[in-house]
Formats: sequence, C-alpha cells, structure tokens
Amino acid sequence: MINYSIVGPKAQKLNVIQKIGLIISGLGVSIILLTWAGMTVTQKSLWLTVTILSLIIGIIIYTYGTYKHKSAGVKNDGVFFRSLTNRGVMGWIVAVVLTVFYVFLYWYPEHLGLGTNGQPNTGLVGLFDPLSLLLKGQVASQWFVYGTIYTILILSLGIKFLVKYRHNRYHFIRTLVVICSQLILAYLLPEILEGFSNPDHYFAKDLKYFWPLNYYFFDNWHLENMTEHGGALGMFYFIWGMFMFLVLTPLLTYWVGKRWYCSWVCGCGGLAETAGDSFRHLSNKKLWVWKLERWIIHIIMVLVFIMTIATLYGYFTEKSTFLGLDIYTVFKQPYGFLIGAMFSGVVGVGFYPILGNRVWCRFGCPLAGYMGIIQRFKSRFRITTNGGQCISCGNCSTYCEQGIDVRAYAQKGKNVVRASCVGCGVCATVCPRGVLKLENGPEENRFGSDDVIVLGNDGFKVKE
Amino acid sequence: MEKIVIIGNGISGVTCARHIRKNSNKEILIISGETEYFFSRTALMYVFMGHMRFEDIKPYEDWFWKKNKIDLMFDFVEAIDTDTNTLTLKSGQTVNYDKLVLAVGSKPNKFGWKGQDLKGVTGLYAYQDLQEIERYADNTNNAVIVGGGLIGVEFAEMMLSRGISVTFLVRESKFWGNVLPEEDAKLIANHIKSHHVNLKFNTELDEIIDDGQGKVKGVKTNTGEIIDCEIVGLTAGVSPNITFIKSSKIEVDRGVKVNRYFETNIKGVYAIGDCAQLDENINGRRSIEQVWYTGRIMGETLAQTICGNPLKYNPGPWFNSAKFFDIEYQTYGWVSANPNPNEKRFYWKHSDSLKAMHFVWDKHTDEFIGVNTFGIRLRHELFDKWLKEKASISTVMSNLNIANFDPELFKHYEVDIIQQFNHKTGKNIVLSHKKWWQKLIQF
Ligand SMILES: Cc1cc2nc3c(=O)[nH]c(=O)nc-3n(C[C@H](O)[C@H](O)[C@H](O)COP(=O)(O)OP(=O)(O)OC[C@H]3O[C@@H](n4cnc5c(N)ncnc54)[C@H](O)[C@@H]3O)c2cc1C
Ligand code: SF4
Ligand code: SF4
Repeated sequence: MINYSIVGPKAQKLNVIQKIGLIISGLGVSIILLTWAGMTVTQKSLWLTVTILSLIIGIIIYTYGTYKHKSAGVKNDGVFFRSLTNRGVMGWIVAVVLTVFYVFLYWYPEHLGLGTNGQPNTGLVGLFDPLSLLLKGQVASQWFVYGTIYTILILSLGIKFLVKYRHNRYHFIRTLVVICSQLILAYLLPEILEGFSNPDHYFAKDLKYFWPLNYYFFDNWHLENMTEHGGALGMFYFIWGMFMFLVLTPLLTYWVGKRWYCSWVCGCGGLAETAGDSFRHLSNKKLWVWKLERWIIHIIMVLVFIMTIATLYGYFTEKSTFLGLDIYTVFKQPYGFLIGAMFSGVVGVGFYPILGNRVWCRFGCPLAGYMGIIQRFKSRFRITTNGGQCISCGNCSTYCEQGIDVRAYAQKGKNVVRASCVGCGVCATVCPRGVLKLENGPEENRFGSDDVIVLGNDGFKVKE
Repeated sequence: MEKIVIIGNGISGVTCARHIRKNSNKEILIISGETEYFFSRTALMYVFMGHMRFEDIKPYEDWFWKKNKIDLMFDFVEAIDTDTNTLTLKSGQTVNYDKLVLAVGSKPNKFGWKGQDLKGVTGLYAYQDLQEIERYADNTNNAVIVGGGLIGVEFAEMMLSRGISVTFLVRESKFWGNVLPEEDAKLIANHIKSHHVNLKFNTELDEIIDDGQGKVKGVKTNTGEIIDCEIVGLTAGVSPNITFIKSSKIEVDRGVKVNRYFETNIKGVYAIGDCAQLDENINGRRSIEQVWYTGRIMGETLAQTICGNPLKYNPGPWFNSAKFFDIEYQTYGWVSANPNPNEKRFYWKHSDSLKAMHFVWDKHTDEFIGVNTFGIRLRHELFDKWLKEKASISTVMSNLNIANFDPELFKHYEVDIIQQFNHKTGKNIVLSHKKWWQKLIQF
C-alpha cells in the first residue's frame, strides 16, 4: 500500500522551531547534494564547517521543537500517518536518494568527486579534504566522506533519540555508548591512527569491526598489511580481531545476549538505532518472513565461512584456486559485491524507509547470525514476560525492528528467546502494561515456566 | 462430530475456541458481527493515534483460523432458539449447534441523556465507534468526555494526540473514585491535568445539544454550564450486551447468569467474558468483571469443560493494569477505594509525582492484601505467589527489590520506600539481598 500524498493523510503541523531546525539542516543537505552534483567549492574549510554544523545544529533544534511541549514518555503519535515514516512519497524519495548515493559510493566514486590518476578531489569528496587533512594528513576518499556523514548522523539523530526516550535510562545509557563508540572507536581513533600508518598498507582500524562482519579480515592483502607491514599496531589488530571473534564475542553473548554488540557498539546497529529509529515499525512481522529470514541469514553465514576458508587456503598454499575454482572471481568478488556492498549498504541502509531499519542486521549480517545461534541456545539473556498482564495490544511487535512477533510470546505468558533479538529494549518501552523485561539470568527456566502460566485459573495448568 | 458454536470473536470467545482446538477435534464455528477477524479491543486507541494500523492490533494473522480449523462467520445473531438448537442470523441464514457459547461482550452505557444518539456522540468500545470518531475528528476542536474511568482517559489521550482540546466531566469528587484510593486518585487527576485536560469533578452531563442538523454542537452540564464541542465521548462504564438474548429462554439478569462451570439455565449453553454474570461470589470478586484477563481465563477454563474435563472456575488473585497518559498502573490483590476496618495501609510517592505505591495488609495478622503501583513495574508471578500463600507484609516489603520489574539500569526506590515504611509503621524491615528473583519463586 503506497500513500501518494507528500504530507501523509493527516498532515503533521510543524511548529516554528521545527521549521527553523529543518531549514538549517536543509542547508547542510543542500551543500552535500550540490557538491555531489558536481559543484566544487573554493573555500572548502568554511563550507565544510557550515555543512557539518548546520546538520548537527539543525537536527538538535528540530528535536527541541518536537519534544519541547511533550511530557517524557512513549511518543509515537502519528507514526503511521506521516509520509516519511509510513512509506509515503517522502519515504520513497529518501530511499531513492540514499540508494543512488550508495551506488555512487561503491561503484562510481569519481562521480562523487574522487580524484583519479593523481587528479585532486573535486565536488563532494573535495569538500571533505580539509577535515581529512586535519585528522590524518591525507586528502579525503569517498570512504572518509561516508564515514564522516555516517558519524554525524549517529551523533545528531542519536541526540534526538536521547531526548525522545529521556524517561528511560536503559535507552539513555545505551545510546550514549553507541554514539561514543561510533564517534571515537569507529571514526576518530581509526582516522587518526591512519595518519601514522603507511597509506599503501591499509588495514581496518576500527576495534569493534571484526570478522565475519569485516569479511575481508582474512584476505591476503589485509593479513599481510597487518602482520607484515603494520608493525606492532598491525600485529595488535590481528590478535585483537581473532580474540574478539573467538573469545570475547561468545563470552559476552553468553553473558548478556548479542545486544552488547548489536545495540550497544556496532556501527550498523548504531545507525539503525539512531537514524533508523523512525523506521523501526516498518519491519515485517509475518511468519513467512521469519522463515525467510532464517534461511537467508544462515546461508550468508555459511557463504562467508566458505569464502574465508577458500581465502585462507589460498593464503597458506599460495594457490589461486580452491577445489578447482578461482578464489577471487568465484568466492571473494561475488561475496564482496553481493553481500558487502549490495546487501549491507544499498539495501541495508538505502531501504530504511521501505523495509525498516534493521534489514541488514536481520537478514544479512553473518556476525549477527553467529551470535544469534549462541543467544538462542547458550545464553543467559531472555525477555521475561510479566505473568498474565499482556493485553495483546501489539505495540511490542509493531515496534520491534527485528520483526519479532513479541506479542505471540507475551500473550501466552512465555519468555522471548530469539536468535534475532538485538536487545534494543524498545518492545519493553512501548508496552503500555509493563509486560516485558530484558534480563540476564540463569539458563534454567529462561524460556519461562513451561507448565505454569499465571493467566489465571488456579485449578489447572496450561501447557502451551 | 460435536459442533461448538461461539457467538463473539473477542478475547473470551477466541481463547475458548483456541483451547478447544488444542484439546479436541470438535467442529468450531465463531459467529461475530463486529469485525471479520479477532482484534485487540484494548488497542483501539493506538490505531486512532497512529501508533499502529488496524492490522497490527490483530493478534493472529488471517490464515491462522483456517489452519487451526476454526470456522469464522461474519454476521450478527438475532435470535437463539434453545429448543431446536438453532440460531437465526441477520442475513436470514440459520445455524445449528450442539453446544453454544455466548461471548458477546458489552456495550457502552447510555443513561437516557437527551441527544445521546446525535452524530458525533459515541462510546469507545467497538471498531465502529472508532470509525465514527475518525469521521468527525478532522473537523473537531473540542471534545467533551463523560465519565471518569479507564476508557475515558484513553479517549482523552486520543483526542489530544490530534490536537483536540478535552473537557472531562466526572460525576464524583475524585478520579475513578469507586476504584482508586484518595491519594492514588489525586495523583492521576493531577497527571491528567498536567496534560492540559480540563478535568471537572462533581459535574454531570445534563443534555447534549443538537446543531439543528442532527449533529452535536455542545453539552449542557448539571451546573447549567454550556460547553461547545464537536465530539462527545460517553465513557461512563459498560454493561453486558444481552438485548438479543432476552427474547430467548436463556436466563439473564444484568448479564447472562452462569454457575462456576459457565453453564446457563439451558443445558449445553454457556456464557463467558464481559457478558457473563456469576451466581456466586468468588474470593470477593465482582459477579461481572469486564476486563480482558477475566475473559481470557474464562475462555481457557470453559474449553476444558467442553472437552470433557469439567473444571470449576477458580480465578487466582485479582490483578489488573492500565496506563494513564505517561503513568503505568498495575494492581495485585485488593486495594479498595475506601479502607476496610481490618486494614492498614502505607502510601509512598516520589517527589516527581509520577511514581507511587500503595500497600494494604491486615492489621491483626499482617497478611498482605494488595498493592497499587504507579510508574514502577512489579513482577506478577511473585505477587501471585505471595497472595496465594497469604504472605505477610514483611515478606513483601523485604523482597521489594526482587519484585521490581522495571527495565535494567533504571533507578531503584526500594531503599527509600522501606525507610519510610519502617518510619511510619515502626517495623524494622531489611531489604533482602538475594540477587536473583527466581531463586525465590520455585514453582
Ligand atoms: C477501549 C477499551 C480499552 C480497554 N482496555 C482494557 C485494559 O487495558 N485491560 C483490560 O483488562 N480490559 C480492558 N478493556 C476491557 C476488555 O477489552 C473487555 O473486557 C474484553 O474485550 C471483553 O471481551 P469479550 O470477549 O467478553 O467481549 P468482546 O470483546 O466485546 O467481544 C464480543 C464480540 O461479540 C460480538 N457480538 C455481540 N453480539 C453479537 C451477536 N448477536 N452476533 C454476533 N456477534 C455479536 C461483538 O460485536 C464483539 O465483537 C478495554 C475495553 C475497551 C473498550
Ligand atoms: S524483541 Fe524487543 S529487544 Fe529484541 S529486537 Fe525486538 S524490540 Fe528489540
Ligand atoms: S505491548 Fe505489552 S501488552 Fe501489548 S502485546 Fe506487547 S507485551 Fe502485550
């Protein structure tokens, strides 16, 4: 069902402060769009500062206008009436612009202004040169532009999220952590470290970006850049990456569920939780989609395993084929294109306003698949259902970004133990009857009391 | 195969059908005239407010019914002939049954006010009420709500979400006065007012004024005040929906009269949910309980009886919950509006006036009787256990931290509550240090 009106069936009346906020942030967006279209600015530092500040300040002013008159609490009024958040024209426009941006980013960076063959950067990439030079003493790449915009969005829309959920300390602390881990761990630290490393021997310097989410971790060039050219720092990142995957991830996921990563530190999750918050209800809750999800995410997980085995085989044997198949064209290239670029970027973020904010995390992410299996079968995490208090209203299911039909569990008095739950905690927040609580506890009984349900009658025990 | 016909696809009828299916292979038919599929009545407000779409408040996907061999018929029953086991439907069709379950719910009370059937005057009960409100909402600036209870608050919240100002007429001198104790009623009243609702106590509706075209243009109160409005919400309670049953041989009083097996005076005919009126008092519960949870328990219980495992209705300790704008409310056990002579009470309120707890216990035996909690969530299972075991107030208070159900990382107030409690009662409660609540409740 597409809603064709620009403003949605119930026009949202913006107040003056909201309008001012929109105009200011619109300035930053316009500069980005114009430079993307090819405009090259001369006073780069000035315009870049204007761009970044107007984005952040504009969004903060808009947030103030939106929540100033609202008491602290769940404020989802009109979510399904607005064009942007209910797959109306606005939603589609944003989706198309984002998608096109990703296509340029991955495959046509020169159209974003990336200077090739020693040419200086122009346009959008050129606009970000001053900041890149400041942080690491190199001119910008399209990835630097992307990382910067990404971080700005998490920061400013994260602030919006903080204000929206200010009555809830779980969200407050979680969101502060997610903002900081993006800003510091994923952005500032790696970019600054980059300045001290050899630009010809790049390796990923984001401490929380490890295999299999980082699918090129075991690529020959990446391994070599870390272990042979990277010095002590490279060695550290190599050991750290292995440690994260083999030790810390299973341990933490056992202890608190995959949420420690997915909704507390991950960059993809960080964007989904902040910039994507307005689209969380668009995830599909139907049973057949859940079935599809289990197939897709686990197939991708298996694919990344196979691809990595092929790569490592090539690395150690110094052969270019694995089982008679070319390692690069059969294993690495298709995975990088289809999963690394198409799925996680174009579909994962570009389709936020159409499919919801966690498409990648739910259907695609191999790391989420790995942690999901631990969470489902060997973890202390569960969402406890509060006895018989559920009124089957559906708020929890509707606002679950992972498309989990939380209500189906809650109305039976059962606990929610699901591989895909990222522990964002929003289901528990929007529940008007205080039915849900994310918690860690002993493994026995984590599925909820199997025979007793306090739905009511004392005289018999319900078995579900 | 025995054919079970259920009238009404609300929570009680649907729960009954699901549990009959779980336990047997009987033919099941649900006839209901409001909507084709079961939806959550309690969530109607969220559809109006744009939190959800109507399809989101249907707890089961549409294919569910066919897959579970529960037949649905979208029609109204107009007459029941218990001699021939025949139902006559609005469409003229007739349906036969072997066993009949009446789960027909309630309808909003209207007390014969002048103008109560004008356009723009509506209750908040059925899907059709929501459509009626939607029809007039866009051209409404002011709404008047009559009757201070849970549905009235929901109505007010709905109106405010669309920028409609609300005047709320309450007959009593306090909010939801027949249920909430003084302090709790005051807390909620202040919270409602803080949302810019014009809350008028001791005020009754006198008449609803016609704009000359059959639509409401205002109301007159018993104080003679005239309030302009385009929507009037009638939320002065509900009563069993039994008009169409009166012409049958099934005995009705205020509701359909049933015993603890939900049997009516006619063999093979049962009644559950909002429309049922129990002929005996169980643990101080009312004979008609118009709440979601009761309908669900009754549905489960009757399904056992119908499937050959006769089971007496024996609801556990009372519990309920609601939300007043931003304040969640839960109650376990009995906290009556006016204290009984054998009771002692303790009331705690946070300085932000958004959180409070109200405890009741027996002053002779110290047995815990009930708690009202506002803005702080409590564990149902634990209170259910305590109430069944007749635990003492000391047990409850010293385990209050374990009974807390607020999200992780939330601030805790138990220390303050216990301090004040000890101060007021002269007791010497120490908070339990057991970390994990499940250690305590071993079922
Ligand atoms: C706005 C609102 C909010 C509420 N919130 C809460 C809450 O938070 N917590 C709580 O515990 N309770 C709440 N309640 C009360 C709760 O919803 C009811 O107690 C419960 O829905 C009753 O279920 P039921 O199955 O008995 O009847 P109903 O849900 O009323 O279902 C009966 C169905 O039978 C149909 N029917 C009636 N007569 C016929 C006929 N002759 N032929 C065919 N079909 C017929 C009706 O149209 C209706 O669809 C709320 C009620 C309302 C209206
Ligand atoms: S189930 Fe709840 S906590 Fe888990 S992802 Fe869904 S909304 Fe978030
Ligand atoms: S939001 Fe709460 S009451 Fe509503 S369906 Fe979910 S668990 Fe039940």
